[in-house]
Amino acid sequence: MEYSEIIRKRKREDFIFNVIGIFCTLVGIVTLGALIVDLVMDGFQKLNWQFFTSYPSRFADKAGILSAWVGTLLVMLVTAVTAVPLGVAAGVYLEEYARRNWLTSLIEINIANLAGVPSIVYGLMALGLLVYQLQLGQSILTGGITLAFLILPIVIVSTREALRTIPQGIREAALALGSTNWQVVRHHLLPYATGGILTGVIIALSRAIGETAPLVTIGALTFIAFLPPSPIQSEPPYISFDWIWSPFSVLPIQMFNWVSRPDRDFAVNAAGAGLALITATLSLNAAAIFIRYRMRKKITW
Amino acid sequence: MRKLLSILVLLFLLMSCAKRQESEKLIKIDGSSTLFPVTEAVAEEFQKQKQGKIRVTVGISGTGGGFKKFIRGEIDIANASRPILKEEMEQARANGIEYIELPVAFDALTVVVNKENNWVDYLTVEELKKVWEPEAQEKITKWSQIRPGFPDEKIVLFGAGADSGTFDYFTDAIVGKPKASRGDYTASEDDNVLVQGIEGNKYSLGYIPFAYYAPHSDRMKAVPIKWDKNKVKEPVVPSLENVLAGIYNPLSRPLFIYVSKKSLEEKPEVREFVEFYLKMAATLAKEVKYLPLPEKAYEMGLQRVARMQTGTGFGGIPEVGLGIEEILNRPPKS
Repeated sequence: MEYSEIIRKRKREDFIFNVIGIFCTLVGIVTLGALIVDLVMDGFQKLNWQFFTSYPSRFADKAGILSAWVGTLLVMLVTAVTAVPLGVAAGVYLEEYARRNWLTSLIEINIANLAGVPSIVYGLMALGLLVYQLQLGQSILTGGITLAFLILPIVIVSTREALRTIPQGIREAALALGSTNWQVVRHHLLPYATGGILTGVIIALSRAIGETAPLVTIGALTFIAFLPPSPIQSEPPYISFDWIWSPFSVLPIQMFNWVSRPDRDFAVNAAGAGLALITATLSLNAAAIFIRYRMRKKITW
Repeated sequence: MRKLLSILVLLFLLMSCAKRQESEKLIKIDGSSTLFPVTEAVAEEFQKQKQGKIRVTVGISGTGGGFKKFIRGEIDIANASRPILKEEMEQARANGIEYIELPVAFDALTVVVNKENNWVDYLTVEELKKVWEPEAQEKITKWSQIRPGFPDEKIVLFGAGADSGTFDYFTDAIVGKPKASRGDYTASEDDNVLVQGIEGNKYSLGYIPFAYYAPHSDRMKAVPIKWDKNKVKEPVVPSLENVLAGIYNPLSRPLFIYVSKKSLEEKPEVREFVEFYLKMAATLAKEVKYLPLPEKAYEMGLQRVARMQTGTGFGGIPEVGLGIEEILNRPPKS
């Protein structure tokens, strides 16, 4: 066979893979695009002030998502406050402190496995442990902690990935100057890793925001026409955390309920709620990209 | 400064965790998703009337899930699309939970076909059994096998998913045994999926709750049902009149709320809510396109509440094809 022919054959193979690659990339993007276009067409008319400030109702045109989006926001807050310190601390420990032995390997394998456990299993665990054993009730606190368990592996893994990208020389230089391990972590590693960690946290949160199954399991509600008590009070001590004990609903549950109702007018509401949810997710992701970009720019090594 | 702040925040957290407010008036309801739209409507109106002084929450854990919470004493009222079962009765007794059983609305399981289907004028329970029994799997596949004269075309079947109360009731009523069904059909817990499938296929046959048929009645056909054991020997269409007259059998089923006796005694707001429910159910059920019970049934319910008659009229065994009078005339037993 002549060389020119071999080259032609290889170029052809290259071209074929190129086409396959483009096709595979497009499958995901086109699906997402079609989904968003469909949602916007159905749900855009619902995105008005009234929709965001009304409680659920039996009348499709009067029903809104107030209790659902407030619930989603508060649950996410609890999730972030719980999962971030736990996950980052665990990630730092595993990466910077823990000795490499069979125990750490075992822990690492288990964290990887946890990331693959179906979310309903977390719901069942939370029902037994948080709701019944620890008596936390079917509250925002329980919901937030449940989702925190769910995203903990993602936070740990992304913290470790972020720490690994920092050159070894920085650790060695700091240690050579007499820093303790903690000083290295506190003054050098954490500031450099913040971008990566935050990206991981936000992506984890945008996964948690769409979860339905574990929250239904622990007893999130469908019809709830009041808000949790306000965190700011007029009397001392001015701040109240009573809201963490409040019953709640979240956007995906509200959406599911509307989709499955007999009256088709509710399908438009479901699309509106879906649009609100997808906007929240996309803006979280956009924030992640932005933060990563800003942090990368600051790093000079 | 920063340390001080973080200590303060911690203190606040601890303080707020220590006191747990439960003084508010809260009525907790959970259970069947079939009954959800009715209970939601009642809860909405009730809260409006009380101007937010009493709060009501409604969940959809399903009838079984609702009873589980009810038996543990976590909720005041359980929504149910079937009567309480024997095991649930025993667990309730063991936990010291007494309940008042109140039928609040009707559901008529509706057998539906495509709009262009011009050969089905009615179906008998036997014919339906022939299609849906487990033995029919992969054997009864063509319309002509149901009744000679029907077209020689493949039947496209749609039905409820195995976790729903609708599935339990339909199989019990038609095949004669709860959960005994063929498996080779399009099953979904989401009735809207079934509605779309039936609308889109000329040779379709399926069953859905009446509330899902009613808004689509111009786009598909409800099949009249003929049953030998029925009072009326003619085929009967599912409709408000026929259900109220107690002649749409065996596919009409009562929907219930179960109220905890303890909640009724200790929480005056629960009593108020239940009375409101029974008074408003007829109007509100119609509004959300469900089938209300006859007036008499709600009066009877109010009496049950006033007299605190606990227990169930069903004895924990699933039954089908009971008329409303029969249901009401059965004295509840604990």
